[in-house]
Amino acid sequence: MTVAVNPAQSGEPVFYLADEHPHPEGYSTSLGFWIYLMSDCLIFAILFATFGVLGGNYAAGPAPKDLFELPLVAVNTSMLLLSSITYGFAMLTMQQNKIGQTQMWLAITGLFGAAFIGIELSEFAHMIHEGATPQRSAFLSAFFTLVGTHGLHVTCGLIWLVTLMVQVWKFGLIEANRRRLMCLSMFWHFLDVVWIGVFTFVYLLGVLR
Amino acid sequence: MNTDTHAAHADDHHHGDSHAHGSFSTYMLGFVLSVVLTAIPFWLVMSGALPSKQITALVIMAFAVVQIVVHMIYFLHMNTTSENGWSMMALIFTIVMVVIALSGSLWVMNHLNSNMMPIHQMTGMK
Repeated sequence: MTVAVNPAQSGEPVFYLADEHPHPEGYSTSLGFWIYLMSDCLIFAILFATFGVLGGNYAAGPAPKDLFELPLVAVNTSMLLLSSITYGFAMLTMQQNKIGQTQMWLAITGLFGAAFIGIELSEFAHMIHEGATPQRSAFLSAFFTLVGTHGLHVTCGLIWLVTLMVQVWKFGLIEANRRRLMCLSMFWHFLDVVWIGVFTFVYLLGVLR
Repeated sequence: MNTDTHAAHADDHHHGDSHAHGSFSTYMLGFVLSVVLTAIPFWLVMSGALPSKQITALVIMAFAVVQIVVHMIYFLHMNTTSENGWSMMALIFTIVMVVIALSGSLWVMNHLNSNMMPIHQMTGMK
């Protein structure tokens, strides 16, 4: 009720909503999730700033030119890009209520995401094997923190993806599952946006300098 | 009067929802643009096509900015009207914060570096 309740009785008007009007369930979820993504964006901004400041401090250790293999990074980037478009297809088939196709596209997205994580982990393992550990120099500390945080996000996204596939398998494309899939869609595409920053500022500019 | 506000709200919700979807063609357009905008910077760096490193750096940064905008529009479906403009407000606020954090850190730390004498220069002075 937005009305001032019985102004005659209490003597003064009430200037607030005495009763919240009902909202449909989850109506504010997408805005809330967007604000979460923006806060996550600030975390990455700080890690990018740290990398920007420390990225040139090699401590006489290996430089980006010695460590990064751009063809591998290009393959990795295409994995993430392909997973973005396949997630888009999952959302499109979800809107058409094609549950089997939605699950199929989600599974393909998961495979591309897993390939991304696999390539990244093998790259990390290779670097650590060569002695380029996070302890080696400020550049490597900042590199592993930034790229590792992104990889951790993608890993969480993969766990979330599998969880949602089980949910859809058990309960179908109910309203709640559609909402969850939409949130994961925003999360997944957001991680792709962060990766644009990573491959440009860390890998390409690193090799260039 | 009460029913009027309810109707208006219901209408708003509908608007908020209707923007959250893309179509096959917008997804494909976004994907093709991203592939092109990713491939060109990689090619520029790997082939060294441009004569100077500074120009290459500026060009690939420009490509990154354009690609981020493409992803925002075609994959994240950003526009000025979704959630009554609140998503855009949150995004603009975040961009301001990111720019301050990034440019501020780099600027301050760069000044610090140039005002502090690095160790290798001190040893060179002996």
